[in-house]
Amino acid sequence: MSGSCLLEMRGISKDFPGVRALDRVDLEVREGEIHALVGENGAGKSTLIKILGGAYPAGSYEGEIFLAGQRRRFHSIHDAESAGIAVIHQELTLIKEMTIGENIFLGNEPTRRNGLVDWDRLYFESRRLMERVKLEPNVHRKVKEIGVGQQQLVEIAKALGKRAKILVLDEPTAALTEGETANLLAILRELKAQGVTCIYISHRIGEVFQIADRITVLRDGCRIGTAPVAELDERKVIRMMVGRELAELYPREPRPLGRIVLGVEDLSVEDPARPGHALLREVSFSVREGEIRGLAGLMGAGRTELVTSIFGAHPGRRMGTIRIDGRPVRITSPVEAIRHGLALVSEDRKRYGLVRQMNVMANITLASLDRLTRGSVLDQNEEIKLASACVEKLRIKTPSLETRIDTLSGGNQQKVVVGKWLLTKPRVLFLDEPTRGIDVGAKVEIYRIINDLAKGGVAVVMVSSELPEVIGISDRILVMCQGRIAGELPGAGCTQEQIMRLATGGR
Amino acid sequence: MATQGALAVGSHASRSRFRFDLQAYVMVIALLVIWALFFILTKGTFLTPRNLSNLARQMSITGILAMGMVLIIVAGHIDLSIGSVVGLCGAVAAILQVRMGWTTPAAVLVALMLGLAVGLWQGFWVCYLRVPAFIVTLGGMMIFRGVILGVTEGQTISPLEPDFVRIGQSFLPLHIGWLLAGLAALCCIYLRLKRRWERQRYGFEILPLPLELAAIAGIIFLIGLAVLVMNSYEGVPIPVLLLLLLAVVFVVISRKTKFGRYLYAIGGNAEAARLSGIDIRRNTLLAFVLMGLLCGIGGVVLTARLNGATTSAGTSFEMDAIASCVIGGTSLMGGVGSVVGAIIGALVMASLDNGMVLLNTPTFWQYIVKGLILMVAVLIDFQTKQRTA
Repeated sequence: MSGSCLLEMRGISKDFPGVRALDRVDLEVREGEIHALVGENGAGKSTLIKILGGAYPAGSYEGEIFLAGQRRRFHSIHDAESAGIAVIHQELTLIKEMTIGENIFLGNEPTRRNGLVDWDRLYFESRRLMERVKLEPNVHRKVKEIGVGQQQLVEIAKALGKRAKILVLDEPTAALTEGETANLLAILRELKAQGVTCIYISHRIGEVFQIADRITVLRDGCRIGTAPVAELDERKVIRMMVGRELAELYPREPRPLGRIVLGVEDLSVEDPARPGHALLREVSFSVREGEIRGLAGLMGAGRTELVTSIFGAHPGRRMGTIRIDGRPVRITSPVEAIRHGLALVSEDRKRYGLVRQMNVMANITLASLDRLTRGSVLDQNEEIKLASACVEKLRIKTPSLETRIDTLSGGNQQKVVVGKWLLTKPRVLFLDEPTRGIDVGAKVEIYRIINDLAKGGVAVVMVSSELPEVIGISDRILVMCQGRIAGELPGAGCTQEQIMRLATGGR
Repeated sequence: MATQGALAVGSHASRSRFRFDLQAYVMVIALLVIWALFFILTKGTFLTPRNLSNLARQMSITGILAMGMVLIIVAGHIDLSIGSVVGLCGAVAAILQVRMGWTTPAAVLVALMLGLAVGLWQGFWVCYLRVPAFIVTLGGMMIFRGVILGVTEGQTISPLEPDFVRIGQSFLPLHIGWLLAGLAALCCIYLRLKRRWERQRYGFEILPLPLELAAIAGIIFLIGLAVLVMNSYEGVPIPVLLLLLLAVVFVVISRKTKFGRYLYAIGGNAEAARLSGIDIRRNTLLAFVLMGLLCGIGGVVLTARLNGATTSAGTSFEMDAIASCVIGGTSLMGGVGSVVGAIIGALVMASLDNGMVLLNTPTFWQYIVKGLILMVAVLIDFQTKQRTA
């Protein structure tokens, strides 16, 4: 277990426009150990792994990587793989229409001397690899016919087939059931006994303590510490992960709460990709006029699914009741949701919020053109009036209304999305990670806007992975874990540790 | 730091506006270069009123179809069937008149309704049955060509009544041409000044007044010149008048209606459009219906111009229309494109055809040149976009 140092990453720094994702991070992994890498969303775990795996090529970051004492520079994923580093990403990269065997040897097919693929050897070797991960050895089945847990194992077999020395698993259990998780952990222990080194990324603390030898904690792009599990406990790790003090970013003003606007009762949603598997299980909550409701939880806990399914934008089958002003309503599409006074600022504004080919004005008015038409022709004077009032009110910094949206900064783009929804005059506003990827100044402005809205009687539901933010801005916080409401906390006076404990499935 | 950010945003935006203007001009400049080249090579024949009148008539059908195609492509789809649909609508109009003795208005109306119905049918397959437009319209291309062969029994249907033929072959009386030119000039003055005044009121950038007046004078000059040239031959051709009227309608649709705005949003980011409460299926369906209607119009004009319907009428029109859109700056990825650009694109394509015919260029060269021009146009478009990205 206390092998020599196999991998050393030294002084790794990586900048993205406007953000330092990693700041002089060190990571030492010993031969034959399972090394857990933990941290909140956005702490820099994935960035560090992408550097190790060659997805961010040498030269795009600072710092050095040593493998078995030798300095290495990976210019591509292929470079890293041939050095023996295999990364298994959260989203699996198997080709569903191909057989297990074909997938295991994809890009690495054994050939005969005449250059043709040696299928017999391919399937023979595949079978041996599958035995190592304890999976039924029918390597002729197509990947689409097996479950996600088994697909994960195929990925591992594929990595073993490439003679990986270091296996990197990024959130491998995010999509797995408890049984599948237990199975995976058992197999990892087995592989460790066979001498495979493993870097295990997770924010499920319980799992980490079951399997890891040592733990490295990242926070805000910095390494907070590395220690053997024996010297740590869950509380300590969580404190290391969150660590920050609440700054005075959050203006908390007392607001009168009105009547209940939105009520959700026993909402369950099925995973459209996996029938029978629930994404949400019997979720119930309600929001009052003027209330800001935080929605905390880990990635994959079902927060986005909750808000999108209430908004009628989730493809999964839905059960349960949604009430507006106490009356049950049927919302099956965003059109109906908007008609009922709901609005959703979705996560990832580039994918779901903005039309980048259009200008600021067209993006702002996109959801309220019904109000701007006479006959079927747009009243462009009215459009300009509404859009410029919005730009002024939200302090959107743009050279003009006709500027293309993708030339604005992230914070201003986000304000445009918020503005789009304010124009629909919503009664309930859902915000899904509204401050992700924007700078602190813009964040504070978004908080100000949210507060103003609540003061005006809008019910706000805000999904956020940034704990200080959730605590700072919410009146009450719902914490979700694996599709369920794990608990409810008051915004004032609750601690990040309390939230993390609920979110990681603790009590 | 805040001011720095604002400055950076400002300079970026002005650069992109400059690029946009440049792109618009590149097309016009390319057109002028092509014209100058043919002018020299044909020793002047290319720019005679007679040939320009020919050129305008040749481009009219492609231009009409390209306007509908822009909407389809902007919404993120494609329509490969329009050549066959044009042929079918034209053939049905011809059969109704020649074999069944229908009057021209009745035959034309049925042809237009047929185009509309075909658009509805294909739009339904694309939007509600979710079969990719490429497949639906590839199927349509074969189906409707088959229907043409069936209904015409493989024969050419002609001749048509004189009033039908007039739709494709006649010209506006000279004085009416001038009258329309005058009206167009007045409209132009009114609209430019109104827009200017509104932009000023909202604090948008406006041209300095002398430049604005120069621009108006320039537009009036171009309108006058165009009518003068056409009138020096036999007058403004009816198909060209039709093209211009439809162009006004489609510019308004694409720029001034909710529906037009929605198409750009759907093609630009369908997911964002859906979450903004836009009914993607209904709006996309409407684009296909409009395309069908334009095919009906194109079919009538084509049949009138040829004074008859043939089984191969309209073949490969879809390629000309798509090429016009693309040359006119429409992105096949969706979300970007303009009606005016597509019409200029159609003019480029027609100029190439016309000029090469004048030069007695062998047919095989005509295809090769047109193909290469299309690829180069997209290459230039792609390069300019990448530089700014």
